[in-house]
Amino acid sequence: MDINRRNFFKIAGLTGVAVATGKQLVASPEKKDDVEFYGILYDSVLCKGCAGCEIDCADANGLEYPEDGPEVGVVRKTNEKQRTVVNAKETSKGVVYVKTQCMHCNEPACGTACLTQAMHKTREGAVIWREDKCMGCRYCMVSCPFDMPKFEYHSTNPVIQKCTMCYELTQQGEEPACVYNCPNGALKYGPRRELLAEARRRIVEHPDEYHDHIYGEHEAGGTGWLYLSPVPFEELGFNTNIQKSSYPALTKGFISSIAPVDILLPALLLGVHEATKQRNHNEEE
Amino acid sequence: MNMTTSYQKNQEAEKVPFNRFRYLLNELKPKGKIFTPFNVISVPIMLLGLYIIYIRFTQGIGAVTNLTQDVPWGLWIAFDVVTGVAFAGGAYVLVFMVYILNLKKYKPIVRITVLNGFLAYLFYSGALLLDLGRPLSIINVIIGNNYGVSSVLFLVGWHFLLYMLALLLEFSPAVAEWLHAPKLRKVLSAMTLGAVIFGITLSVLHQSGIGALFLMAKDKIHPLWYNAYMPLMFVVSSVFAGLALIIFEGSISHKVFADQLDKDSHKKHDSIVQGLSKICTLAMFVYLFMTIIIFVHEKNWEYLNTPMGYWYLIEIIGFVMLPMFLFFYSSRNGKMLLIRVAAILTLLGILLNRLNVSMIGFKWDAAVRYVPSWQEVVVTLTIIFIEIWVFRWIVRRMPVLRKSPDWVHESK
Repeated sequence: MDINRRNFFKIAGLTGVAVATGKQLVASPEKKDDVEFYGILYDSVLCKGCAGCEIDCADANGLEYPEDGPEVGVVRKTNEKQRTVVNAKETSKGVVYVKTQCMHCNEPACGTACLTQAMHKTREGAVIWREDKCMGCRYCMVSCPFDMPKFEYHSTNPVIQKCTMCYELTQQGEEPACVYNCPNGALKYGPRRELLAEARRRIVEHPDEYHDHIYGEHEAGGTGWLYLSPVPFEELGFNTNIQKSSYPALTKGFISSIAPVDILLPALLLGVHEATKQRNHNEEE
Repeated sequence: MNMTTSYQKNQEAEKVPFNRFRYLLNELKPKGKIFTPFNVISVPIMLLGLYIIYIRFTQGIGAVTNLTQDVPWGLWIAFDVVTGVAFAGGAYVLVFMVYILNLKKYKPIVRITVLNGFLAYLFYSGALLLDLGRPLSIINVIIGNNYGVSSVLFLVGWHFLLYMLALLLEFSPAVAEWLHAPKLRKVLSAMTLGAVIFGITLSVLHQSGIGALFLMAKDKIHPLWYNAYMPLMFVVSSVFAGLALIIFEGSISHKVFADQLDKDSHKKHDSIVQGLSKICTLAMFVYLFMTIIIFVHEKNWEYLNTPMGYWYLIEIIGFVMLPMFLFFYSSRNGKMLLIRVAAILTLLGILLNRLNVSMIGFKWDAAVRYVPSWQEVVVTLTIIFIEIWVFRWIVRRMPVLRKSPDWVHESK
């Protein structure tokens, strides 16, 4: 391997192009057939804590029915058998119910973490998991700021369980199971942009009933699930320190430095090798 | 001219008495004593470990580990992969010194270090397979159309794989010498420089990549250990982690495999070790300096007076600062015993640091903390023991510590 000046500039130039186009691709102009991200607005002011959504979710996804229900003082978590749970919280405005499930981030950490593209942000907004691709490394679980992907530790062919926003149902034009069945209208499915407008309208029209914040609007760079609450979100046990920019942004700098290092470092090493070889010869003379 | 004739002569000399098949059969037989303390301890643990691995594949990962939904990576990743890769860093640092900087002094320990690195990678990625829930699908990463190129783990996986190839190439001349194959040796040793350059590049990227793996776990790792510079810190610490392991391993190998070494190599080795400890001092100073800058920059003062803060101070003062001073002092005075103590402290410090990032500081505020199960510990020991067994098998047979056979020098 012999690198002369011209070759060196060629390599350097190619690296530059790779770095520049890499950035351009991310910010490519919108295509006309782009679909808007869909999401779900959850209004804990309207939720009566019936936990019917837990049953409907189990029905829709072929999971076991939950054995317990929301209870004040108990924090239930989603697990490998249950994709959504409703918890009861004692707050300054009495008992408030909170539904938890995957947040379907606009830029999901799990999707960026996944090295086989098993965790996948669909064009419609749902983050889904694809069985045939996953190798079970659980890096999605390490990366998710909401701890939502759940793993079947006691299976020889384990799957990752998490809410998929009923991707298959919505593909057929239906609503997600929990939204469709909610008897209190606490859940609303639609384009994320419209949901944000609706959430703002509710806050403006009933300022005494709603806390003035939409959780999920900016959290983790924006999420598909949006939350309204009568009380500050700390009281509901939400992580309010979560960063406002997306989580994949944390690794972008590192990822984009790989190609230049991979290309330029060998050239540098070869150069140093040649230089020190020369020096040794001189010393021998 | 001269080269070809001696080479041919050498070829002819070998043809008559040498039967390769019989030679290899003979080589496969065990050499050395069977009932050594190491064997007596390691064999039962390895058998138990293999049984636990069998349970893991028939009943699931949860049957033998304490992993939870909140802590999905345990000892197998935190020790075998995250710590093990840092320990194996010596291979890239040393070939950088010998082949890139042409520091010929360190050449005698290149082979054993590269062998150590190669086996470490081989067995640590083997351990990674145990931890995968669906290990067969790893093929998706290698051949499939499902490249998750934005994933740090994808980068780490590929750089692992390619680096193992580079290490194998770097070591392969020793295998050719063992097989009495001069032609093969010539071809393989011609590829060494390429493999070295390739390998150093891959190492820099995957050593830092292991730090970058945890960048997205921002809210889960204790702020004293989480920072945006983890990739850089992991590379810098891999330099002295790798060198400390070379010193530590060398002090054992030179006793266990004393029959492989001639008289003056002991003296030379002391001078090599002193040189390595000087480099360790420097690398640790850089690391310490950066640690302090990051600590101040991240405004972490409030955490110092907490249990995790004390733990952090133990790591930095007891296992970075102290061994740094020991290395500095003993390398100038030639105190070999003290150098070894410093190396052991350094290795413990790296172990602490890697476990703190990936296990102890991970979800440090969780209600139920993850503590590895005894099965996880036994499997980890099994991996280490199998590696040592293979290492010993190779060192006893191939010219790793001892000099290359005469025909190699004649053909030069």
